Amino acid sequence: MTLDHLQRLEAESIHILREVIAEARNPVILYSIGKDSSVLLHLALKAFHPAKAPIPLLHVDTTWKFREMIEFRDRIAAQLGFRLLVHINREGLRMGISPFSHGSAIHTDVMKTQALKQALDEHGFDFVVGGARRDEEKSRAKERIFSFRTAQHQWDPKKQRPELWRLYNLRIQRRESIRVFPLSNWTELDVWRYIHRENIPVVPLYFAKTRPVVERDGALIMVDDDRMPLQSGEKPTMRQIRFRTLGCYPLTGAIESSAATVSAIIDELTTSRISERQGRVIDRDSVASMEKKKQEGYF
Amino acid sequence: MNRVPFANASVPTAQLHREPRDLLRFITCGSVDDGKSTLIGRLLYETKVVPEDQLAEIIRASATGDAGSSTEFAFLLDGLVAEREQGITIDVAFRFFATDRRKFIIADTPGHEQYTRNMVTGASNADVAVILIDARKGVLTQTRRHSYICALLGIRHVALAINKMDLLDFAEAPFRAIAAEYHSFAQSHGIADVTAIPVSALKGDNVAAPSTKMPWYAGPTLLDYLENVEVEDRLRTAPFRMPVQWVNRPHAHFRGFCGTIVSGRVRQGDEIVVQPSGRRSRIARLVTFEGDLAEAVAGQAVTLTLTDEVDVSRGDLVSPLSAPAGVSEQFEATVIWMDDDPLLPGRSYYVRVGTATVTGSVSTIKYKLNINTMEHLAGRTLALNEIGVCTISLDRPVAFDPYAENRDTGGFILIDRITNRTAGAGLLHFGLRRAQNLFHQAVEIDKHAQAALKAQKPCVLWFTGLSGAGKSTIANLVERRLYALRRHCYLLDGDNLRLGLNRDLGFTIADRVENIRRAAEIAKLMVDAGLIVLVSFISPFRAERRMARDLLEDGEFFEIFVDTPLAVAEARDPKGLYRRARRGEIKNFTGIDSPYEPPLAPDIHINTTTTPAEAAAELIIARLVELGIISRDLC
Repeated sequence: MTLDHLQRLEAESIHILREVIAEARNPVILYSIGKDSSVLLHLALKAFHPAKAPIPLLHVDTTWKFREMIEFRDRIAAQLGFRLLVHINREGLRMGISPFSHGSAIHTDVMKTQALKQALDEHGFDFVVGGARRDEEKSRAKERIFSFRTAQHQWDPKKQRPELWRLYNLRIQRRESIRVFPLSNWTELDVWRYIHRENIPVVPLYFAKTRPVVERDGALIMVDDDRMPLQSGEKPTMRQIRFRTLGCYPLTGAIESSAATVSAIIDELTTSRISERQGRVIDRDSVASMEKKKQEGYF
Repeated sequence: MNRVPFANASVPTAQLHREPRDLLRFITCGSVDDGKSTLIGRLLYETKVVPEDQLAEIIRASATGDAGSSTEFAFLLDGLVAEREQGITIDVAFRFFATDRRKFIIADTPGHEQYTRNMVTGASNADVAVILIDARKGVLTQTRRHSYICALLGIRHVALAINKMDLLDFAEAPFRAIAAEYHSFAQSHGIADVTAIPVSALKGDNVAAPSTKMPWYAGPTLLDYLENVEVEDRLRTAPFRMPVQWVNRPHAHFRGFCGTIVSGRVRQGDEIVVQPSGRRSRIARLVTFEGDLAEAVAGQAVTLTLTDEVDVSRGDLVSPLSAPAGVSEQFEATVIWMDDDPLLPGRSYYVRVGTATVTGSVSTIKYKLNINTMEHLAGRTLALNEIGVCTISLDRPVAFDPYAENRDTGGFILIDRITNRTAGAGLLHFGLRRAQNLFHQAVEIDKHAQAALKAQKPCVLWFTGLSGAGKSTIANLVERRLYALRRHCYLLDGDNLRLGLNRDLGFTIADRVENIRRAAEIAKLMVDAGLIVLVSFISPFRAERRMARDLLEDGEFFEIFVDTPLAVAEARDPKGLYRRARRGEIKNFTGIDSPYEPPLAPDIHINTTTTPAEAAAELIIARLVELGIISRDLC
């Protein structure tokens, strides 16, 4: 018996999750509701079986997520037996921060990066597990699986700990933390193939359907609720679209697609030459924008 | 599992037939100048990993000058702003691509000398190395360095990508010459499987598509090679090993030991031993989320339960009773240093072996390796990116295999106890427990019988002091006086021993320690033979003089400090050694660039600036009479 590539990726991820449960004092899974998070939860069930979900989930809610994401979040957490923590930056909410009024950069900083730091400080999590993958974006390619953060949540790319064999250095001082990326070596295609093989539930927004959209700066933005101000002459049209990544709806571009099943998505991906994050408005703010965000504490 | 009843409609798997069957990890070695980034960019491009919007970004970034105005594939890879500014890749980056046959994980590491650390990191998990050579330059020092590190870390398959063939008009002769030179070098380093491939990363020849410009080459393209190279999975046939990561106790009736099987296979009912404790049991169940397994193999992450209530915790190793791992607390090991603060022998570090974390220290650095020339060098410490062969001692025993047999149970990391940085990595060679099997053989004609025949009391007179202090001069005079008194004696001179018995030793700290150890052992044998032994050695360290004293019985060892200030010894300089040391021609010279630790309480203290050699010899004889070594009657 030999393991195929998905089985090997799965075993590596389970190994990483077990390192976390063995060493962490107060671990958490940062749950983003996307497909990578879905895979992560599935792997956590496997890693800790027959124990039931011994790590809580944290969702940092910007209040601008797609409605279907929130429904999915609550249902999945309950069904799989995870304790779900939701954090919203109340200060940001009070200031009325929104991607429409303040732009993507400020919105993301206040409602995501600052909110995440608040939640981590409030709960004192020492190991924070996320679903990021190295193939997502160039600065991620050099990210470690166990990525050290200072007490101020900062990331210094020049002071990363080398990772040899399966020997991870998990030692930290009080208030320091480690962000953990069990899916580091997975690609988008691996994730979909695994979702297919394991029949893992994902948010329906990934599947093509006729939805109301407007076209802005070359991106197809779905009109998810009535908070979206329409510019003069703008009129939502019904188009068959789906999403490759999910985030705040005003910042997430859809693609036109007819892929309505997992296998159709896999077929689409094997022929596509467009990168996954192309729909993400925040990445285009400046060259190397993700690296800057990460140094500031973005996940 | 609670299946969530929505989302995925069932789909026929026939559409997914192109799924890769296998996973290969490889490392790429070479520098920016060899076209390494271009080669990787080319591989990603040809296997359709480079998306159109990223190509668009390259063009956009180069137009603004952000990319050092490069539109090469290389720009795809430079992930960090700091690197873009410096125009070099400074860390390990991981890239992925897949074909219908395999998924590939590339560990992309820089070739610069100062980044040995990153190469070691990348190589630690790689099965194959792609080593780049610029066809115009041939096998360089860096090529040897990269190959050595790959071999050290256990990579057995090398694709030698001889690049920039387009700049040599795709000529065969230079390719053959480089391939031949590399083959002979690789063989001497235990890299058995080398495939040389002539490529042009820039033009794409022999990267994914066969070149039409090199009809003389009939071998595989680089991608063919990577898709087909048989990585003999020695771990599958090796004995079963599972380091225990975590004990899963969801309730009182279940106690599972979780871990990744790093080698071999295991079945229900197998007899096992938990190491290092040595407790035995049998496998009761192999538990997974999908249900129990009858058998599990290397690479799988499983949960074991045992038939007995044995004490097992994180850090233990589960092995078959028939083929257990070794257990030791002292090792010889190769250490690669990765921290800005140097490795200091004797300093305590956390040592992580398998899932065990213990404390330990390096006791001695036997030698450092010059990874460009393979020379063994002296060294007391290891600096960043240096590699040395060391002995390490742990505070308690751990289970292990030699690294050459098993990377997972033979590799370790050293963690700084103050900063928590990963300070070094190491490869275990073997446990040091040889003394266990040796027993002292009693002899009938013992020391006292030997001494009685000679009618004397045997002892060691240990002369220590700087080079040129006057040790040998005084020792010679003492020996002549003892001979005249018809005493049986022998003078062990440092230089003389180094010309014979110790000629394999240099002047490294470790070699000096060994030099003294041997002299002390010989002196001990001579004392057993009933002799008065004069030892004239610089012997700069207190620890080793102490060791010599401890070998002998009380009243047999006399430390004589031949005390000459450095300036005086240097002014005398009878052998011209100080002058050469000052010019840097002699390294590790005591008093110049290697320390001398004066005795704190010598048995006899000779100040040579106030006591001439003859007077010193008389003083020593008088003292020996006082101590009862020589009878007063004789004098």
